Amino acid sequence: MPPSQSVVSVSEITRQIKSSIELRFPRVWVEGEISNCKFHTSGHLYFTLKDEGAQISATMWRNRAARLLFDPQDGMKVVARGGITVYPPRGSYQLDVEHLQPKGIGELQLAFERLKQRLDAEGLFRPERKKPIPSFPERIGVVTSESGAALHDIRTVLERRMPSIELILLPVRVQGPGAAEEIANGLRALNQYGEIDVIIVGRGGGSAEDLWSFNEEVVARAIAASGIPVVSAVGHEVDFTIADFVADLRAPTPSAAAEMVVRDRIELLEVIRNMCYTVRQSIEEGVKRYAESVERIVTGSGFARPAGLVRESMQRVDELEHDLILRMREHVRRTSDRSVGLGRRLEALNPSAVLRRGYAIVRKKNSVVSTAREWIPGDEASVQFHDGTILTEVRSSGEEDT
Amino acid sequence: MSPRKIKRGTLEESIKRLENIVESLEQGEIPLEQAVELYEEAVRISRECGEKLKATELRIKRLTKDLGGQFELSDIGDT
Repeated sequence: MPPSQSVVSVSEITRQIKSSIELRFPRVWVEGEISNCKFHTSGHLYFTLKDEGAQISATMWRNRAARLLFDPQDGMKVVARGGITVYPPRGSYQLDVEHLQPKGIGELQLAFERLKQRLDAEGLFRPERKKPIPSFPERIGVVTSESGAALHDIRTVLERRMPSIELILLPVRVQGPGAAEEIANGLRALNQYGEIDVIIVGRGGGSAEDLWSFNEEVVARAIAASGIPVVSAVGHEVDFTIADFVADLRAPTPSAAAEMVVRDRIELLEVIRNMCYTVRQSIEEGVKRYAESVERIVTGSGFARPAGLVRESMQRVDELEHDLILRMREHVRRTSDRSVGLGRRLEALNPSAVLRRGYAIVRKKNSVVSTAREWIPGDEASVQFHDGTILTEVRSSGEEDT
Repeated sequence: MSPRKIKRGTLEESIKRLENIVESLEQGEIPLEQAVELYEEAVRISRECGEKLKATELRIKRLTKDLGGQFELSDIGDT
């Protein structure tokens, strides 16, 4: 008999095997072909991984199986990642699969290409569908994880560039089962909420699998249906997701999305100041110009009128004034011309020559009287001869003799 | 004249309006009286914009929808 202390129970030896194996293989990558693939009604996935020489049982628990991006099928070559576990009741070991992906070009890539082609054919990527991003958004909606790097990065940029912004976070899970639906619902909720100028949807960098939600059709459809412009901001700069193609604007990273969406505050204030300055200058020029016109008119003619009226009538007034002066001068010139002419004509008519011939001018109270009828006896008459005037009295009056 | 009522618009609208004002003044042919009104408007708008841009602390809220479909805004702590 061996010493009793070296005798162990089945359970004990199994426990030791279990702990030794599980410590030794906590995480391995195993390549093989799927066989006996079964989805249990519980959602767990059971299959066997095999090659020419060996086989190993594999289990993928419900949570993880739900995250699979393809349908595992018998005969499919895959790479599985997981740990080796021992199941004492059966004395068996198996691969506890955390992650399963098709080998080679892969089903993922195929699924991606298929969806991309389909949506492209529908016209969802067309440039004319893209809504313009507002130049000066005031409220930005962000659909991402509350604890992720994306929110932190966006926040940092906004705080630096435009802290007057309001950021409305719609928290969603960005990876794992149901994440795509959450993202799509988030986009719809922001649209329903309204009052959002632009939406940034995305997450920080990660593996292709981590980013996969942004390659799903529900997300693409929600982006396309959004009435609010959407900026996609998914992970690494190099990877394009389906969301990137549908979005109105694609940013390579969440930080870049924030940079693209808001202008720098200082820069914007400068622009506003410049515009105000331009307006002010043009007004000042105008005012100066008008003030000169007004002054000219006011001092010139004593008009007092509102500046606007003055400006409009200034030219007319100038014209009239000019015209008036010309007319006055003309009038004066013509009047003086006439008086000179009259003088000459009067000269020509100087009656002294006539008086010399024996005629006389008879006046009653300085008025020339040229008929006999106006006289009555006793009237005083002055009679002007060529060389002098005599006063005389009318003795009799009567009709003409002839 | 009673002060013209100016709609307190969005930043976007305000800046578009400023651009309009600058453009129309640059084209000239605006009577002085109207030009002065435009200037007053420009000053008012730029003041409004300045007010809006003055805030130095980012406002950040979490939007959630309760089971009844009602929206709810709540504060978010520092991340």
